[in-house]
Amino acid sequence: MSTESSYYVPEQSKLPIITATGMGLMAYGAASWVIGGGNMVFTAGLIIMALVMFKWWSIVIDENMRGLANDQLKRSYVLGMLWFIFSEVMFFAAFFGALFYLRVIVNSWLGGDAAIGIFDDTPTDAAVANNALLWPGYEADWPPMVTPDEAANGANATFIGPDEAMSFPGWSKMLGWLPLWNTVILVTSSVTVHIAHTGLKNNNRKQFVGWLGFTVLLGLIFLVLQAEEYIHAYQHMGLTLDSGIYGTTFFMLTGFHGAHVTLGTAMLAIAWFRSLKGHFSNEDQFGFEAASWYWHFVDVVWILLFFVVYVFD
Amino acid sequence: MAHGPATLADGWRAYIARWVFTTNHKDIGTLYLWFSFAMFLLGGAFAMIIRAELFQPGMQLIRPEFFNQMTTMHGLVMVFGAIMPAFVGLANWMIPLMIGAPDMALPRMNNLSFWILPFAFAILTSTLFMEGGGPNFGWTFYAPLSTTYAPDSVNFFIFAIHIMGASSIMGSINIIATVMNMRAPGMTYMKMPLFVWTWVITAFLLVAVMPVLAGAVTMMLMDINFGTSFFDAAGGGDPVLFQHVFWFFGHPEVYIIILPAFGVVSQIIPTFSRKPLFGYSSMVYATAAIAFLSFVVWAHHMFTVGMPIAGELYFMYATMLIAVPTGVKVFNWITTMYKGSLTFETPMLFSIAFVILFTFGGFTGLMLSIAAADMQYHDTYFVVAHFHYVMVAGAVFSGTAAIYYWLPKWCGKMYNETMGQVQFWVAFIGFNIAFMPQHFLGLAGMPRRYADYGLQFADWNMVSSIGAFIYGGAQLMLLYNVIATIRNGKPTTEEKTWEGAEGLEWTVPSPAPYHTFAKPPEFK
Amino acid sequence: MLKRAQALFLSLLSLVVLLPIAGSAFAESSASQLNMPQGVTEVSQAAYDIHMIMIWVCTVIGVGVFGFMFYVMYAHRKSRGAVAENFHEHLGVELLWTIVPTIILIVMAFPATTALLKVYDTDNPDIEIKITGYQWKWQYEYLGEGVKFMSELRTSDDEVYGREPKGEHYLREVTEALVLPVGKKIRFLVTGNDVIHSWWVPDFGVKRDAVPGLFTAGWAKTDKPGTYVGECTELCGQGHAFMPVVVEVKEEAEYNEWLANKKAEAVEYASTIGKEWAPEELMAKGEEVYLQSCAGCHQADGGGIPGVFPAIKGSPIALGPQIGHIAVLIDGVPGSAMQSFADQLSEVNIAAVIHYQRNAWGNDVGDVTQPIDVLNYKQSK
Ligand code: HEA
Ligand code: HEA
Ligand code: HEC
Ligand code: CUA
Ligand SMILES: [Cu+2]
Repeated sequence: MSTESSYYVPEQSKLPIITATGMGLMAYGAASWVIGGGNMVFTAGLIIMALVMFKWWSIVIDENMRGLANDQLKRSYVLGMLWFIFSEVMFFAAFFGALFYLRVIVNSWLGGDAAIGIFDDTPTDAAVANNALLWPGYEADWPPMVTPDEAANGANATFIGPDEAMSFPGWSKMLGWLPLWNTVILVTSSVTVHIAHTGLKNNNRKQFVGWLGFTVLLGLIFLVLQAEEYIHAYQHMGLTLDSGIYGTTFFMLTGFHGAHVTLGTAMLAIAWFRSLKGHFSNEDQFGFEAASWYWHFVDVVWILLFFVVYVFD
Repeated sequence: MAHGPATLADGWRAYIARWVFTTNHKDIGTLYLWFSFAMFLLGGAFAMIIRAELFQPGMQLIRPEFFNQMTTMHGLVMVFGAIMPAFVGLANWMIPLMIGAPDMALPRMNNLSFWILPFAFAILTSTLFMEGGGPNFGWTFYAPLSTTYAPDSVNFFIFAIHIMGASSIMGSINIIATVMNMRAPGMTYMKMPLFVWTWVITAFLLVAVMPVLAGAVTMMLMDINFGTSFFDAAGGGDPVLFQHVFWFFGHPEVYIIILPAFGVVSQIIPTFSRKPLFGYSSMVYATAAIAFLSFVVWAHHMFTVGMPIAGELYFMYATMLIAVPTGVKVFNWITTMYKGSLTFETPMLFSIAFVILFTFGGFTGLMLSIAAADMQYHDTYFVVAHFHYVMVAGAVFSGTAAIYYWLPKWCGKMYNETMGQVQFWVAFIGFNIAFMPQHFLGLAGMPRRYADYGLQFADWNMVSSIGAFIYGGAQLMLLYNVIATIRNGKPTTEEKTWEGAEGLEWTVPSPAPYHTFAKPPEFK
Repeated sequence: MLKRAQALFLSLLSLVVLLPIAGSAFAESSASQLNMPQGVTEVSQAAYDIHMIMIWVCTVIGVGVFGFMFYVMYAHRKSRGAVAENFHEHLGVELLWTIVPTIILIVMAFPATTALLKVYDTDNPDIEIKITGYQWKWQYEYLGEGVKFMSELRTSDDEVYGREPKGEHYLREVTEALVLPVGKKIRFLVTGNDVIHSWWVPDFGVKRDAVPGLFTAGWAKTDKPGTYVGECTELCGQGHAFMPVVVEVKEEAEYNEWLANKKAEAVEYASTIGKEWAPEELMAKGEEVYLQSCAGCHQADGGGIPGVFPAIKGSPIALGPQIGHIAVLIDGVPGSAMQSFADQLSEVNIAAVIHYQRNAWGNDVGDVTQPIDVLNYKQSK
């Protein structure tokens, strides 16, 4: 609740309209790009967005450093960030939900063994017909190495399943399994960012700057390993975006997570550069805190992913 | 901040700059309101084309593929372009005034949220002129009609939805932050005007479901361009997955449309009853209950897709439950009027019509929720009638009520009461002539999204079209009334325009000064 | 002014509330088109019954709620000197109007559940029919009988576009209706070939979505012979309004005769595939098939719709090798609206339409495509 007696209303600003223009160009450009037009418009929009975002953050940081931003405004920023993260949670929820639905429900419909009810496991008429008449030979397995298309149409199929899955390879081969290392890295990075935070709180600049830098580095390593994993999937495992529902969900979930790691790493990196310039103090640390919350969020998503996408088959 | 807002007298450059670069919640609210009205006319014009084509059996004016584009664009423009921005505009104008805040919590982001919309809708409408035509798959854009079988312009549609979603999310975050953080001292949560409450809850719904919509269109984008198989059974996906994801967004969306309307009506009815709102706290809880339930009933739009019976039963029961909190609201409004001292100015007329017609639409909603009967209603004009009763007689009527109610506060001029009442009657009668017959059409078996129909449906379609034209005329009258009021309405400066009005917005002068509450007001 | 307005307001409002009641009363007395049809199956009857129950429940509640509201609007007007009281809370009534509707709904849930169970009772059918939705026609396959055929709109474009007066069965007539026997339980297995359609016969109370790649099941059993008309109720593209469903229910003997004829036709047809067809014959038949099955997208003049449906006139496929053209028809173009016609058209019709496309509108390829070529291509796969 407001207790302040004065309130900071920023002057008119050109930033929003430029941002909106950039977004508009990006949207229009992306669409014309995917239908085969050039990527000029998209790139122009992207550049505008990058520049204006940079400018916008600088201004906000500058206002902050000049003491224009009062506590109330800072609380608004905090609220803004938290609700933004909530919206991201819901975005991932859509994809996790899709995975759950496809894997648990649709798969058994196509495979013909979807049950009538919870207590009665006779397959429904529709499910039996699905398997008998539309997708003969398809078996409901997860991960599905053979798509329904392939089961029914053999070599004429559009969707050909992967040769190999990303799943847990067994205890003996565990150490060579990238996802495990990625998990270790991300979990560690959550800890390191927390150590940095403690450093900031205790006015220990060295601890703060050092551990923050280390976190950024871990983020980068994660991204490199993830890229490595994708290359391997495409080149050696026959696992691609078009290898049916397994490839689809695998790449979309890990891909969006990867995009968020990229964003999170960028935010942490900015915070790190600012920390080198002496920004942040134990009273004023919103920019860094926001980045670290985001980072924890990305980490939690990964842990879920790790279990749902990689471990439990 | 000493200077006031630029007017035309300061030169057109300064004037344009004021609107484009503004960070003022009243300016941004005004922008939202005008934008939404323009979109309302556009969506309405599409509806007029639909109704003109359906005036008689046979294809008279347009071709079926264009008809489908009209239906789709009408739904999209009305829902995303007209109704949602209209209520965001009201929120921008009124929430800071109602809670005693100087402005919104994040003013620059507020401006951004607005200015994304013109770009999004420019992209969306430009699809109509593209090769292959615009979106033609209904506002619910079911895959695979919207993926494999869609015109190329679907990609523009997808990205337009993306940025419009970003706008909604930012706008909602702003509202939440404003309400949580900017209330005047003494303005506890349970003292906030109900309009503010309904908007916080709406904003929460928006932040929760817009990302899901973004997820849905992203899956489409991938299926169309990058070979994934979310919605293709051949790869192990399922077209029905799209419907689940869409309606997980779509059902809360319809409450996003109606909750702020509930809020408006809950402000107006007490004013003209000269009596406090009955059951304030149960109204708040009921709104929250509706919002909660809206997350768990989505598949009532999908009773015919062949879900297992357990699913159907669950979604049927859950949906029926929504009648309870909604009923609480209806009863509270009526009890507010009970033993009041009623007068029937235009805002009140629209609000009363809202209560009656919305309830009527709610009853048909309840009928739709009965799965076995919905097997007959689904995708017929009965559904179209249902949702126009709740959305037009609901959201649009309450929006109109809000305009008349707060117009004096916005521009310091009073509208002409006779003109207002005439507009109300034309709208009310036109509306019922347009949409009541659609119930009969639906029950008699006319499917929706039909460019042409058998001779047995001819009579009611003609009646419906005539009503739609009358109702369209009423909207032009509304536009006229608003402009006439702004240009030469009777000036009014008193703070409290309406005798029975309560709340902080009625403690500031009319028109509300550009900056209000630079010092937080005391609120007991 | 205000007084008169109120009087009008009241009378109109009561009209609004009463209309549906009047409507349903009407419907029960005549065959007027105001209410849901009762239909001819258990399922449609169940839907109708629960529908009527709901109407009456809502009407009673509506009359109560609105009646009270009108009373308040009349009695507590300022112009009648009403002075506002100040109460704004009463736990008792709030509980009352939470609990009473809840109870009403719980009671309603029982008949609603029973009705739904009936819809889902697809067990033990006598006859199973596979229904496939195509853009924009239906295919019916009598599973286990070897009988299948397409059912398309018969109303001509001239009627639709007002160049000819509309016939009595405008948009309610098809090339070949689904034929069913009385007294037998029929299971419908509905699926889609391209986009989602929905197969609806109001008199059966059956509306099942035709989702490509998956089945939905419904059922019907009726004792009343007759012709029942339905519609496609899921938006499926430009022809959505033009793919009606027509079902003829016949006495069992008639049905059996019809089925036997259908089977004989299929046998006879198989023997004509090997026959050599004359180019003129193919051209004539091809035009017919083209207008019926292809012109919806590629247009009657072969010009297509730029950006959506390619032109056939001058198309590299139509001018290229014959085998490529056959392949497009048999395999379709995956990921596009160009579906496979292998199951929809007979070999003869495919050959004819290919021949037509290659030799019409100035596509003067000059070769002849025979049914046997098509069969050979099919078998080579
Ligand atoms: C503002 C928007 C809005 C609102 C508020 C509602 C409110 C409700 N809707 Fe509606 N609905 C839509 C917008 C809305 N709807 C839209 C846009 C569609 C179609 C989408 C598309 O396919 O394009 C749709 C479709 C739709 C369907 C799917 C139909 C179909 O496609 O087959 C269903 C099914 O259950 C349904 C149910 C309900 C119910 C139960 C309510 C309830 O909230 C209503 C509750 C209110 C009351 C019941 C009245 C007041 C209560 C009392 C007076 C208490 C006492 C009453 C009793 C106990 C009976 N709606
Ligand atoms: C809140 C949203 C909203 C609003 C306000 C409206 C308003 C109207 N709708 Fe809306 N409608 C939807 C949401 C809305 N609709 C949705 C979501 C669908 C489903 C789409 C789908 O199936 O995908 C739909 C579908 C729909 C259909 C079914 C189409 C079909 O199935 O093919 C019809 C048909 O009558 C219709 C009619 C109207 C009319 C006559 C109005 C009127 O109230 C409009 C009044 C306004 C004006 C007319 C504008 C003002 C006047 C002018 C611009 C000047 C021109 C005026 C004249 C010529 C008189 N709508
Ligand atoms: C539902 C719409 C639709 C119908 C009906 C349809 N087609 Fe097509 N057809 C298409 C589309 C879309 C393509 C383009 C496919 C692609 O290359 O992406 C196409 C491509 C073709 C081509 C290849 C043309 C080229 O140059 O690429 C031929 C030949 C063809 N169709 C023949 C037919 C015949 C013969 C029929 C009727 C028996 C028919 N089509 C019915 C939509 C349709
Ligand atoms: Cu097929 Cu609509
Ligand atoms: Cu809903």
